[in-house]
Amino acid sequence: MNEKIIKFVQGNEACVEAAIYAGLGFFAGYPITPSTEIAELLSVRLPQTGGKFLQMEDEIASICAIIGASLTGNKVMTATSGPGFSLMQEALGYAVMAEIPCVIVNVQRGGPSTGNPTHVSQGDINQARWGTHGDHSIIVLTASNHQDVFSITVDAFNMAEMYRTPVILLFDEVVAHLREGLTIPEKGALDIVDRLKTSVKRGVDFHPYLPREDGRLPMSDFGGIHRYNVTGLFHDMWGFPSSDPKVVHGLLRHLVDKIENNVYDISRYKEYFLEDARTIFVSYGSSARSALHVVKNRRARGERIGLLELQTLWPFPAGIVREKCSEAQCIIVVEMNMGQVLQQVKTAVDNPDKVFLANRIDGELITPTDIRNIMRLIQGRGV
Amino acid sequence: MERIRMVFSGSGGQGVITAAVIIAEAAVLYENLVAVQSQSYGAQARGGATKADIIISDSEINFPKVNNPNLLVCLTQEAYTQFSPTIRPGGFLVTDTYYVKTHNKVAARQRELPMYQSVMDNIGKPVVYNICMLGAVISMIDIVRPESIMKVLESRIPANLVDINKKALELGLKLGEQYNK
Repeated sequence: MNEKIIKFVQGNEACVEAAIYAGLGFFAGYPITPSTEIAELLSVRLPQTGGKFLQMEDEIASICAIIGASLTGNKVMTATSGPGFSLMQEALGYAVMAEIPCVIVNVQRGGPSTGNPTHVSQGDINQARWGTHGDHSIIVLTASNHQDVFSITVDAFNMAEMYRTPVILLFDEVVAHLREGLTIPEKGALDIVDRLKTSVKRGVDFHPYLPREDGRLPMSDFGGIHRYNVTGLFHDMWGFPSSDPKVVHGLLRHLVDKIENNVYDISRYKEYFLEDARTIFVSYGSSARSALHVVKNRRARGERIGLLELQTLWPFPAGIVREKCSEAQCIIVVEMNMGQVLQQVKTAVDNPDKVFLANRIDGELITPTDIRNIMRLIQGRGV
Repeated sequence: MERIRMVFSGSGGQGVITAAVIIAEAAVLYENLVAVQSQSYGAQARGGATKADIIISDSEINFPKVNNPNLLVCLTQEAYTQFSPTIRPGGFLVTDTYYVKTHNKVAARQRELPMYQSVMDNIGKPVVYNICMLGAVISMIDIVRPESIMKVLESRIPANLVDINKKALELGLKLGEQYNK
């Protein structure tokens, strides 16, 4: 019998263990608080599992290195925080355009700029969506506890392969540095999506951007048996640059549709006491822990209150938010920014006037008391 | 069980964060309990005031920080001044007579223990000071057994240091237990 492996670790270590579980073969990064432990631990763990760890000269080089390594057939990851994530935006767009699977962890700290390095924030929600230029779609995932950090990290690798796209793991300082228990699932307990490789043989033309009937694009390890072109320019099925309007239109549609048409498959969320809830918190990451604390307390007193915890932030699960909140009289978005998810929730629900913000932006984790005080104000009951 | 919220405070190098990680890890790995541990980051790691939060429970812990501890350890005067007003009424306030001069009455059970002096007199190595403090702490809250602390220590430190850590833990237990009689 396999004994369960239980560890007492930081959130960053849960992410590392999950990446290894998912088959990470190559990591390149430049350490930055509060993500440093991810690079530190992978520098030990990857060589043990036959993978490669590279410390790069900066974040631009880091993301470029993982893009190249991914093309050669590896599952890849880099980890950073706000300032490094800003530097990565150009190459992130390249990975979107060239459809290269990769996982980018951004452990959020206070910003803009170098901001508040050792303190918590959730201010990069919109940057993760729109940080790189041009029309595109992208997958952004988050989690609030270590077991979920583990499973969502595995999901990130799976979605990167399934949709041939960069996936961003948007954690925050509290979850990353908090220590709590983690049970490592047995091998095989979680599904792993492997790289879809082409069956085209050596000497036969390989079209890197010709989708199969199911829409997926098989890959050929770069430097292997096929020669093909990879570019950030709009390109045809051979990968060669093209400005033919049909090609440009078709590719941009494809880049957006392959994600937006699968919102329900990509959406991860957890719900607590929503069935009869009059007041619903919508939250994510460490803020959701504080919101859940309030919900459990108030439920014990008979209040009809619930929590919708989002784990997929982009593509925004608007349909799910709308459906789950349809009976609510009051929706309170709990987050540590000036209302980035608030705007999405307002757009998603039938009546945006009943959506309120409970936030904290001073680098400290929003507390249950903060949330309760804001609730009283919203309900017109004073402080 | 009642949820135990603890804060260990002191200055960088006294080992309060390490002690916090050890007790929380012991609770999770060897007592089948739920625990979370966090700390304030920044200049603290380089010699300033240090604070670590620990919550131990038998059910899921959502909000992970401690605002009002049931048990507060202050190993410097500065930490005592800053954090002693936050203690939960009826909780334990543990200070070290060598570092802290208490001045005000708080609504807590004050435990002024000569931990530093005992470690220096009996062991002579300040490196195990935090383990002595842990001994005193577990004698008061009685939810993590000394064996569990030792199991964590054995997995983290070189074998030749296990003995003096054990001695320090027992020293702390003895100092704390004098109040239980």
